[in-house]
This record gives sequence, structure tokens and C-alpha cells, in this order.
Amino acid sequence: MPIEVLMPALSPTMTEGKLAKWLKQEGDEVSSGDILAEIETDKATMEVEAVDEGVLGKIMVAEGTEEVPVNQVIAVLLEDGEDASAITVSAAPPPAPAAAPEAPAAEAPPAAAPVAAAPPMATPAAAEPEWTGATVTQTVREALRDAMAEEMRTDSRVFLMGEEVAEYQGAYKVSQGLLDEFGARRVVDTPITEHGFAGLGVGAAMYGLRPIVEFMTFNFAMQAIDQILNSAAKTHYMSGGQISSPMVFRGPNGAAARVAAQHSQCYASWYAHVPGLKVVSPYSAADAKGLLKSAIRDDNPVIFLENEILYGQSFDVPDSPDWTVPIGKARIARPGKDVTITAFSIMVGKALEAAETLAAEGIDAEVIDLRSLRPLDTETIIASVQKTNRLVNCEEGWGYAGIGSEVASVVMEQAFDWLDAPVKRVYGADVPMPYAANLEALALPQAHDIVAGAKEVCYRS
Amino acid sequence: MASTKATASRGGGKRKAAAAPIKVSVEDLQSYYRDMLLIRRFEEKAGQMYGMGLIGGFCHLYIGQEAVVVGVQAAMGPLDTVLTSYRDHAHMLACGMDPKGVMAELTGRSGGYSKGKGGSMHMFSREERFFGGHGIVGAQVPLGTGFAFAHRYLEEDAVSITYLGDGALNQGQVYESFNMAALWSLPAVYVIENNKYGMGTSIERSSAKSTELYNRGQAYGIPGLQVDGMDVLAVREAAEKALGHARSGKGPFIMEMLTYRYRGHSMSDPAKYRSKEEVQKVRQERDPIERLRGIMIERKVMDEDRLKALDKEVKAIVSEAADFAQTSPEPDPSELYTDVYV
Repeated sequence: MPIEVLMPALSPTMTEGKLAKWLKQEGDEVSSGDILAEIETDKATMEVEAVDEGVLGKIMVAEGTEEVPVNQVIAVLLEDGEDASAITVSAAPPPAPAAAPEAPAAEAPPAAAPVAAAPPMATPAAAEPEWTGATVTQTVREALRDAMAEEMRTDSRVFLMGEEVAEYQGAYKVSQGLLDEFGARRVVDTPITEHGFAGLGVGAAMYGLRPIVEFMTFNFAMQAIDQILNSAAKTHYMSGGQISSPMVFRGPNGAAARVAAQHSQCYASWYAHVPGLKVVSPYSAADAKGLLKSAIRDDNPVIFLENEILYGQSFDVPDSPDWTVPIGKARIARPGKDVTITAFSIMVGKALEAAETLAAEGIDAEVIDLRSLRPLDTETIIASVQKTNRLVNCEEGWGYAGIGSEVASVVMEQAFDWLDAPVKRVYGADVPMPYAANLEALALPQAHDIVAGAKEVCYRS
Repeated sequence: MASTKATASRGGGKRKAAAAPIKVSVEDLQSYYRDMLLIRRFEEKAGQMYGMGLIGGFCHLYIGQEAVVVGVQAAMGPLDTVLTSYRDHAHMLACGMDPKGVMAELTGRSGGYSKGKGGSMHMFSREERFFGGHGIVGAQVPLGTGFAFAHRYLEEDAVSITYLGDGALNQGQVYESFNMAALWSLPAVYVIENNKYGMGTSIERSSAKSTELYNRGQAYGIPGLQVDGMDVLAVREAAEKALGHARSGKGPFIMEMLTYRYRGHSMSDPAKYRSKEEVQKVRQERDPIERLRGIMIERKVMDEDRLKALDKEVKAIVSEAADFAQTSPEPDPSELYTDVYV
């Protein structure tokens, strides 16, 4: 039986990649462990090793091909005595990744897939309405990099530090190319020492530099939370206004995919609780860029919560180094009149998806991308609720004392008489994130949960 | 000229006495004496005012340890920066901050360095290059390392001096800082003020190899010196060496100052964990102020009259600070919501 070689996934969130180069040619003998090909994604380059022995019978995907889906057959190995006529497989990818359980880190089946199945890219956010100039299509990852590069070009005090930010080009390739342009003085690889380098960054900021401290993920920032709260957030107040910490703490926050409880937590409400911090959590590439530039320019410590799954998604981004998004301003991602849905980060995509479903059922939802969690743009939320009289708020993190609780409180305090139904919160299950694909999907709030919530507040079944 | 009795050790090597005479001017001696005296009288006054209910919360006094900050300050360059923990009044006075502003912060008044919002443990002065006053044990060490990083980044002729207690030395972030400082050869000097007790726990009960705290950077190749922290001249000499090392680009340096606090950890500490005799013995035999006074009289640098005049001058400064701290108004209620954000 010929052996199919499938396009591997390099990470739990990878859905496709580029077949950069074949290192073996048709007819070559292959031993287990031989490198067959190189593949690239937007965050990494990896080698594909042979698992089985045989002869490379047929290359199904030519080198240089982009957007090769994970689990597509890229080559066929022939065992002893077989010839190419034995090859009958088609080049089409299997219908569901579950059909190829041996593929490394295969995505969960679509029915249960929390993210891969969702098509947030299908509803790319428009650029800021006031922007009428040219735009470019960029991934969130590229937009973040450009924001840092542009600010580093204009302000020599700005530098980036964190684990793997320089020579490795970023654990998630967000800092790709920055070392080449700015050198090791301003793009600083740190040891794995979050408490230490976060505190070091705060010290440098107090003296007058403007550090960008990258956490590989915000899960690891828990090691450093004392420095973030007690040193960065509080010192301006405790010094009577003398000492400030103009800096950004950034990195992916919330669930990625299949990395379980210690690597899948949303910290939005933790940081949003603290006076002295600003907290932003963008969805689109345009907001990622515009808000990161604002955060770097801000004289306060800013917590910048990114999302790993969004890194590879593309959006239109204003094509100007002068363009920024103000911190503290929400964005109406989809205008509507029947119900308000608030969301931030990856949940905006799910809210937009839910809004399309609701539209098909005659409910016209308004989706607000909060973008900033502290300060919170209560004005935009209240104005929307006064129009729709109904609110569903969603977040990926836990509901208990969550951002949604705050949004619900604000609406109750400021728009109680405008509400025609109790506020509905949609949030993650109150459990540590499970690893199993089906349980993980159940733990994460989905578009259909938002649809159900919206129907509930509209008294529709 | 006075000579130092410091015992010095370097980077894990054997201890050896560094007994070469050091040069010091009459003016310097008088200045160190005055500065130490000011700290002691200031702290005694703060203790009194705490007892009268004029100072609230935590109040950690420096009495007994005066030679450490005064000796280190004497070796500092004009651009060097200082950070410390919460036992910080003396560091501020040594840096040249106004005793009135410090005392008014202790009483929580608008004339305090932090406008009354920081209190005893949280004061700063950009002018005097003093950057806190940090309340979380050990947290000032990464911060101070960040100052060293900034000095290097900005290519300044400056060293970051970070003080920490023997208790703080067991915090993990201290070693995270040592690692980065050594890895990047940062201009950082760490001054361990070993007063033998982390609150109520003696150094022997908290720290492995408690007689060799200066060696705690050994794994990172950071040289260390153990210094008689009750001898201002020995401290100055060691600090010159440490600061010179850091300033010349050789990386961080650790000094362990053997010192002693006469008062409790904070004002609310009855200090039952040590005997009165132990405290008395140090006061009688090692007191840094009496020691310098003895040297000055012996060498006829100063006579009793001049010393008395100096005492009077210092008392007046402290008394003025105490008055200011009681008459400066409390912060305006509108200050509650200022300075949260820039």
C-alpha cells in the first residue's frame, strides 16, 4: 500500500501553510527520519520528516505552493515492489481532519472545533470610519509588528524585550524582522524570568525609557503580576505624580487551542480591575495596529491583550504611520437596531457571525467591539442600549466578576429604564480549560450561544 | 587619618583584612558625622511622633544602620541613582532630600514628597535621583536593575545602586535580577543591609550560609564584598571599589553590609526575638556615630564644643521638620482622584 504523506500542522492553531521546498525528489529512497520538505507558516519554518521508509513515488504538491491545508496529501511513498501506478489517492484534502488521526496536532472536528471552524475572516472589519485613505490587507501579526517598528523609528526610547523576541523572531513571530532593523540594544532577548524582566522593564520606564514588555503568553505574566500592579500601576499615585511607568505589557491572552488550563485563560478582568492600568484587547488588525501605537505613546502602563488565533487573520489596515486608534473608544462593528451585543478580542468575530445568523431570522443586532476595557467606553454602550433596549455581552473568560459583569452593572446604573429585558451574559464555562477537543469546545462560548442569548432578550424562541 | 577595619572578600574567595589606611579629609569626616547624626535624630523624632499618633501605618526606623547609607553616598557619582525598600528615610536624607518633605510625608500631609499619598515607604525625588521607597520586599531589585539597564541604554556615566535587606535576599526575583545584570554586564551595585533579622526571624533561621551573603552572586560571577557596615569609612572604601567596578563596564557588584538595627522591625514590633543585652552590646561596642565621634576626638579633628554645636544644629533641622510635618495641611480631598493616570 502506498503511504500518504500529509501536510502537518506545526501548531494547534495552524490551518494551512506554504510548501517551501522539496528536499527529496521523486524516485529518491527515503528512510525514517529523513527530511522530505520544508514548510512555512506566517510564524515559523519547519522541516517535514519521513516517518516511514520507501521510495518517494509522487510529489502531489509542488514546491512554492501556498495555502496548503493541513492534512492534504503532499506526497506518496512507495514500499518495496510498488510502482507509481499503485498511486490512486487524490490530491484533495480529507473532508475532516479527524479522518487522519495520526496527523500531528490535527484540528478538532468541525462540529466541535471552537475556532478553526468559525469563519471570522469572512467578516473582515472595516477600517476606522473616519479613515478615507488607502488601506492594506494585513494579518494581526503584521499589524502589531508594524506598530512597534513605526514607533521605534520615531522614538529612540522605545525598545522591545521578552522571551524569544529577537533572534527567534518572536515565539509567535510577532517581532519578525525587528532585530535586523533595530539591533540587539533595542530588541532584547530575555532569559525565562518573567518576574525579573517585567520588573526590570518597569524600572527602565520609571527612569524614562518606554519599554514594550512581551509575555510569550499572559498566562506567564502571573509570575510578574506583582511588578505590574504594585510597581507599574501604583507608583504614579504613590509618588504624588512624580514617577510614571510609560510602557506596554503585551502578548497573547485567553484560549489558544488544545493547550489546556494553564495555557488558556483570559486575564482581561484581572487587569481591568486595577486603577493605574489601561487595558486594551483588539480584534481586527487595524485596531491592533492603531491601539498598539497609542499604547506605546501613552504615558501610563498599558496591558495589551492579544489573541493567538487572531494573529494569522487578515483585515484592512489604514496605510499610514500617523494613524492611531484612541484608547477608551469602542467601535460599532455592525450597526443594528434590535439588540446590542458587546464583545472584545476573538469574541467579536463570533458576535459578528451570530449577528448574521440573527439577521436571517429577522433580528437586527448591533455589535460593539469594546476594544478598550479600561477605560471602558460606556457612552457608546449606553447609546446603543438606549436604541436597542436589549443587551447581550460576551467574553471568552469566566463570567464570575468578569468584564460582562461590569458592562451589565454600568447598563443597570445608567440605562435601567431603557432595558426591555434583563442583560444576558455569555461567557466561558466556570471550569479550568479542559484539553479534550469536545470539552474545550463546550467550555468556550460559541456564536450559537450568542444567538441564543440574543433571542432570549428579544423574547424569541 | 582613620583606617578601616573592614574585612573584605571577593567573589567567593577567602576573606582577608583590608587594613590599608584610607585618606579622608577633615571636612569629609565632619560631613559624615553630621549626616549620620541627622538620620538618627530624624528617626528618633519619627519614633516619638509615631507614638503620639501623628504618623500612621508602618514606620521602619534606620537607627543603628546610619553608616551604610552615608558611606555609600560618599562614594557616589553625580548621575548615580538609588532605590531601596521600605526602610527608606535615611536613604532619602543621605541623598539630600529635604527633611521637612520627608517628615511631612510620614504625617500624610500635602507638603510631603508624595503629597501625602505614599507615606513612609513610598517617596521619590527625581532631582536627588532617589527612586523609592518600595513596599514589597525584594521588588526594588528588578526595578533597580532596570535603572542600570536604562543607564546603559542611554550611555550615561551612571550606576544604579539598589539596597536590599538580608530578608529580601531570599526572594526569587533577586536572583532573576542578578542573572540579567551579570548576563548583560549592567552597571548595578547591590547593597545588602544585613541587620541580622528579617522582621523577627534571625538570619541564621532564614538563610543558608548566612555568614556569606556577599557570596550570593557567586553563581553568576558577581563579585561580592563583606563590609563592616558600622564603620562609615570602611563602607565608603568598599563602595568606591564596587561603584568603580560597575562604572568601568565590568558589570554588577554585591556588597554585604554587616549592620544592626536598634529598634524593632517596625514601630509595632516589640522585638521579643532578641535580648536587650544583644542590642545593648552592639550599641556600646559598634555604634557607628559614637565610633566616628571617638575617632574625631582622638585625632583632634573636632572638640566637644564643636560637636555640641553640631548636635544643636541637627536638632534644629529635625525640630523644624517636625513642625512643618504637623502644620502642613492634609491633602485637599480633590487629591483623592489625581495622579492615578498621567
